[in-house]
Amino acid sequence: MYVAVKGGEAAIDNAHALLAHERRGPEEIAEIAPEQIEHQLALAVDRVMAEGSLYDPALAALAIKQARGDLIEAIFLVRAFRTTLPRFGASKPLDTAAMAIERRISATFKDLPGGQVLGPTFDYTHRLIDFMLAAGVAPPAPAEAPAETSAVPRVTDLLGGEDLIEREAAEAGEPVGDLTREPLDFPADRDLRLQALARGDEGFLLALGYSTQRGFGRTHPFVGEIRFGEVMAEFVPEELGFAVPLGPVALTECQMVNQFHGSAERPPQFTRGYGLVFGQSERKSMSMSLVDRALRTREFGEDVVAPAQDEEFVLSHCDNVQATGFVEHLKLPHYVDFQAELGLVRMMRAEHAATRAEMKEAAE
Amino acid sequence: MLAADSTGFADPVLDAQSTFRTLMDAFARPGSVQRLAPRLVPPAGLAIGLAAVALALCDHETAVWLDPPLAADREVAAYLAFHTGAGLTTDPREAAFALVSDLAALPPFGSFSVGDDAYPDRSTTIVAAVSGLAEAGALRLAGPGIDGERQLGVAPWPAHLTGELAENRALFPRGVDLVLVAPQAVAALPRTTRIVEAR
Amino acid sequence: MSASDAETKAPTPTLPRKGGGSGAATDGDDWISPVLKDNRAGTAEEPSPLAGEGRVGDLRSRGATATGYNFAYLDEQTKRMIRRAILKAIAIPGYQVPFASREMPMPYGWGTGGVQVTAAVIGPDDVLKVIDQGSDDTTNAVSIRKFFAKTAGVATTTKTAEASIIQTRHRIPETPLTEGQVLVFQVPIPEPLRYLEPRETETRRLHALADYGLMHVKLYEDIARHGHIATTYDYPVEVAGRYVMNPSPTPKFDNPKMHRSPALQLFGAGREKRIYAVPPHTDVVSLDFEDHPFEVQRFDKPCALCGANNVYLDEVVLDDRGGRMFVCSDSDFCTSRREAGHRGEMAADPAGAGRP
Repeated sequence: MYVAVKGGEAAIDNAHALLAHERRGPEEIAEIAPEQIEHQLALAVDRVMAEGSLYDPALAALAIKQARGDLIEAIFLVRAFRTTLPRFGASKPLDTAAMAIERRISATFKDLPGGQVLGPTFDYTHRLIDFMLAAGVAPPAPAEAPAETSAVPRVTDLLGGEDLIEREAAEAGEPVGDLTREPLDFPADRDLRLQALARGDEGFLLALGYSTQRGFGRTHPFVGEIRFGEVMAEFVPEELGFAVPLGPVALTECQMVNQFHGSAERPPQFTRGYGLVFGQSERKSMSMSLVDRALRTREFGEDVVAPAQDEEFVLSHCDNVQATGFVEHLKLPHYVDFQAELGLVRMMRAEHAATRAEMKEAAE
Repeated sequence: MLAADSTGFADPVLDAQSTFRTLMDAFARPGSVQRLAPRLVPPAGLAIGLAAVALALCDHETAVWLDPPLAADREVAAYLAFHTGAGLTTDPREAAFALVSDLAALPPFGSFSVGDDAYPDRSTTIVAAVSGLAEAGALRLAGPGIDGERQLGVAPWPAHLTGELAENRALFPRGVDLVLVAPQAVAALPRTTRIVEAR
Repeated sequence: MSASDAETKAPTPTLPRKGGGSGAATDGDDWISPVLKDNRAGTAEEPSPLAGEGRVGDLRSRGATATGYNFAYLDEQTKRMIRRAILKAIAIPGYQVPFASREMPMPYGWGTGGVQVTAAVIGPDDVLKVIDQGSDDTTNAVSIRKFFAKTAGVATTTKTAEASIIQTRHRIPETPLTEGQVLVFQVPIPEPLRYLEPRETETRRLHALADYGLMHVKLYEDIARHGHIATTYDYPVEVAGRYVMNPSPTPKFDNPKMHRSPALQLFGAGREKRIYAVPPHTDVVSLDFEDHPFEVQRFDKPCALCGANNVYLDEVVLDDRGGRMFVCSDSDFCTSRREAGHRGEMAADPAGAGRP
């Protein structure tokens, strides 16, 4: 009879076997290949790479398959893989000005050098379920044009020429922090904040970014520019002393331009919120740039009054692998502590009843 | 220039583990003399115990300070660079670890990092070579990790260190931690340890 | 020391495969992604040049395991980082040392801190015991024990007295620990002041100043309201006269076991990235007031299976009519007592009393 709390190795093994069986689904339906996920569910792959903080589409696709489409589970798999990889060093800073543009839009200018490039986007689609997709109809070939060869300067660089927007340059020689190698400490510098946000949960950042638009830490944002495309990653091996290309990385970059009235130290000028994520995710990069700007509140001498401006709140809770682990750990057995609480509640109820009885006696 | 006959741990994974485990026991039981017989060959100028502790704990994330005799020995620097990747620093305040071949000439503890009240862990661990350690001797010790009192004999024991350790204890939770290595033995005097008496 | 034979090897499960599809193979270690076993950075046949310093086991090492991982899973650089933190933790009893906690192949909140501490400490000669809620058989304890049996090839045991390292969640064994043993606690929230002050910047300042007034006020408010302190687990302690520390959510019943224990107690909080320690023979005092001294839970009855008094009991609900029994939470302690002939009031039927 006293067996209920015993898990046992056999039960665990059987649960894993059943999971594998459920993952496969009915045998008469063809098994999905990671390549199909990689190329046909590419935006899911992008999210897993971004929040898993590892650029490896094939691995992310496999993780999605293994996780049965649960993206946070897939992100977790990728993170656990990433943490064991040896480090060879840091790449050179990516030059997004040299991006091979697939999509580039600005909300702050009607037209600009390099033009508005719509690229592959849902933005102007009507959200009507397309029953033709169920039938598997081949799409028409996309229109083609010669590749754009002229430079596509970043909007913020155009504004920077007039000093209308704050200048931003990496401190030369300053090492860039890495919160996966050093425990996060508060207050955190912007490099670490951006890293945390880049790894942060899309939904959490979306809600925080949204909250700033609704008055919880308003930042008066304009989308200076969103660009998506490939950038070459380069690495300087110690023994060679010059940069070698590692391969192209697909990125979405969002530069949010925010109004700023100035303070005693700073003249009025536009300020920046920055978002950069692996793959194509405008929602994530825009949310990130809204939250990045909100987290710079103190830097501009403004008061921290809203959740999105609160560094400890945002950085401590934006990681979905941490969050899901701690929320879900509540399903682990807690009966020892619950027993302690049971005992306490019983005792306090008895005391409560005794007090009531005494009071009743005294009243009579 | 790496000394030709020097070697790192015979088994980099397990020897690092056993060296650490010995150190952990030494820290957990201050003043106890733990057997440390690492399987490695350091360059002539570096005591084997110093080499073992460095290989077990140091890497590119830890700055290491060498006392003047070690700093002057090129083979020592080459050996540590090759086997640990640790960067050397000449500023003892920046050092996570200080390797000391001459305990008598050790600069005052205050020249190393003692951490601060918010981060007392940001302090230097001083690892010093001595010629002998014994579980009986001049020092009577007390503090966390010690059931009552424990005796420790250190040869040679520079007399001024007794006062230095008392000052270090008074800084708690700030302070340095001291590791003493002798041939085949190690003992630790973490910042919690009080010297009850030094005869 | 000898571990029970059944525990020394990770068993190869033979599973009835429903459907027999060609899905991913399941070998009972789903927390390890199969892709990790590919040959991206070297295999057993073809070692990577980074072996020993990377994620792949150093195959020159006697500790190389069949999994293709380094001994005890973690890479050597990570172990050194954790080992440095452990030494600092022992040198500053009760102080929470920040460490660069890694993402482990089990979820945060499920023992990642304890697992990292154990992985940094464990060697091939160790004998490991893992308990959750006092029991060796709870699912998470089984999972973590198998993890180390597989990645470190160490012997495992359920017997407290035979273990050199005991990793625990929520309990301290009833059998008194001995000199040389290491108890590793899994800690969810290491900061004792966290529920009183959510900000790390503020709690760090309070620890620096040894300002624990908040905690005393909280406990005193309990007394004012209830007539006694209403904290039953995770009951704060003062270590070596300086730091106030969370004992991890063990019931306060276990607090006195920490005081001057001959064993080394290490605490790992993975998600919160903190390691702390209590050296052996160190004062661990539960916070209280002169007029309201600290008290542990008491149970009205002895264990229904082994008859033990003064142990922590689990309440097992037997039916939906209020029937219940109280049995030892420490499954090894209970089993050992029954093997020694002790019987509780409900142990008359050996089939019902014994372990399955």
